[in-house]
Amino acid sequence: MKRYIDIYLSMMKLSILEQWQYPLANYFYMIGMIAEPVIYMVVWSTVAMQQGGMVGGYTPGEFAAYYIVWTLVRSMNVVFTPYGWEWRIREGQLSMSLMRPIHPLHADVAFFAGWKVVVILLWLPLAFALTLIFKPELNPTLLEMIVFFFAIWFAYLIRTMTLTLIGMVTFWTTRVSALFELYFAAELILSGRLVPLSLMPEWIQSFAWFFPFRWAFGFPIESLVGNMPLNELLIGLGMQIAWIIVGIIFVNIIWKIAIRKFSAVGG
Amino acid sequence: MKGISLAYNYLRIGILNEFQYRANLYIQILQTFIALATGLIGLNLVFSQTTALGGWSKPELLAVMGVFTLIGGIIRAAIQPNMERLMEEIREGTLDYALTKPADAQLLISVREFRLWQIVDIITGFVVLAVALSQLNWLIDLWSVLGFLSALVMGSMMIYSFWLIITSTAFWFIRVQEIANLFEGLYAAGRWPIDIYPNWLRYGLTFLVPVAFAISIPSQALTGRLTLETWFGALVFTVFLFLFARGIFKLGLKGYSGASA
Repeated sequence: MKRYIDIYLSMMKLSILEQWQYPLANYFYMIGMIAEPVIYMVVWSTVAMQQGGMVGGYTPGEFAAYYIVWTLVRSMNVVFTPYGWEWRIREGQLSMSLMRPIHPLHADVAFFAGWKVVVILLWLPLAFALTLIFKPELNPTLLEMIVFFFAIWFAYLIRTMTLTLIGMVTFWTTRVSALFELYFAAELILSGRLVPLSLMPEWIQSFAWFFPFRWAFGFPIESLVGNMPLNELLIGLGMQIAWIIVGIIFVNIIWKIAIRKFSAVGG
Repeated sequence: MKGISLAYNYLRIGILNEFQYRANLYIQILQTFIALATGLIGLNLVFSQTTALGGWSKPELLAVMGVFTLIGGIIRAAIQPNMERLMEEIREGTLDYALTKPADAQLLISVREFRLWQIVDIITGFVVLAVALSQLNWLIDLWSVLGFLSALVMGSMMIYSFWLIITSTAFWFIRVQEIANLFEGLYAAGRWPIDIYPNWLRYGLTFLVPVAFAISIPSQALTGRLTLETWFGALVFTVFLFLFARGIFKLGLKGYSGASA
C-alpha cells in the first residue's frame, strides 16, 4: 500500500510540475471549453426570463450557478481519451508501459489527478470572472461543499473507468470513432451537460439513473447548487462509489482478456 | 483563370483521394446524424418550455440550425483541413515545398485539401433548411434567394479569412491548436439567434469571429429580416477581412525562413 501511495504522489508531483509550465496553453484550452456552458447559460436564462423568471425549477441566477460549477466539473471530467488509446496501441506506445512493474492504468490515474490540481488552481480566477459577469445565486452550506469536494474527485474516477473501458475496445478494432461519438452523444444528453436533468422529460430522467453519466457530471454540480437533502447527497455519493467499484472490476476483467490479444503494431 | 483551373485540379485530386476511403462515408453519415439529433433535442427542449426565443419561433430557429450545419460542413470540407495542414507545415518547415511552386502562395495553401464526405453535412443542412422553410410556409422569392446565396458566400469568405488570420499567427507562435479549439467553441454559439447574447459577447462574436455574420445573415435573408444596409455592411466587412487576412499572411511569409526542410 505504501509503495502505491509513494508512486502516486511522485507521479502527481511530476505532472503538476509539467503542466505548470504551460499555463497559457492550459488557459486557452479552458477558455475554449467555457464557450459551451456560456451558450447554454444564455439560452436558458433567456427562456427563464420569458417564462416569468423560472423554468424547470431554475432562475437565471441558478442557471448561472449551475453552468459556472459545470466548468469545474467538466475540467475534472477530462481524462485520457479513447482516441488516445487508439494511438497508444497503433503506435506501440503501450509496449513501453507494459515493461514497467506496475499496472499502466495507475500511471494514467496519477498523471491526470496531478493535472487536476493545476486545473483547479487555474479555474479559480476564471470562475471569479464568470461570477462577476453572470451573477450566480449560490449559497452552499458547509456540508454541501464537503460533499462537492468528494463528488468531483469521484466523478473523475468514474469517467476514468468508463473512458478506459471504451478506449480498450481499440484492442480489437481500430475503427472506433463512430462508437466514441455515440458514447459522447449519450453522455451529453444523459449527464446533465446539455441542460440540468430536471429540464428533461420524466422518462429520460429515470433512464439516466441507470447510467454512470449523471453521477460523473450532473450529480456533483447539483450537490453544490441544488439544495439537495442529506439523504439524496448520501445516495449520490453511494452511487458514485458503486460505479467506481463496478468500473474497476470491469476494467480489470477486460484488461486481462485484452492484453492477451495485444501485439504491438509498431514501436 | 489559371487560379481557377489549379483549384479545380486540386479539388479533383482531393475527391479521388477520398474515394479510397469509402467506409468513412458511413462514419460521416453517422456523425452527421448524431450531431443533428442532439441539435434537435436541444431545440425541442427549449421550445418545450417557451414558444419563442429572443423573438425567433421554432421553425425559424430550425432554419438557423440548417444554415449552421451547412456552413459547418463547408468549413470542415474545405477550410479547416487546409488551415490545419498549413499550421502543421509551418511548424515542420515543409511549407517550403508549397512556396517554391510558381503560383500564388495564398491560393495554393487554400485549395490543397478537400474532405468530400463532409458533403453529407452540407446536404443535411439544405434538407433541414427546406423542412424549416416549408413549416414557415415560405414562398420562393427571388430577392431572398439571392440574398441568402450571397450571404452564404460572404459568410464562408469571412470564416475563411478569419481562419487564415489565426493560422498565420503560427508564423510567430508555434502552438495555435488551442486557438482552433476556441473557434469551435465560439462557432457553436451560432446555433442560436445572436440577439440573445449579452452585448460584450455579441460584439465579440461579430467582430472577432465572424460567426454572427456567417450564420445569422443567411438566416435573416430567408426569414425576411435582412435589410439592405446590413447586406452592404456585410459586404464591406467581408472585403476588409479578406484583405486584412491576406496582409497578415504575407507579413508572416516574409518572416518565414523554413524550419528544417
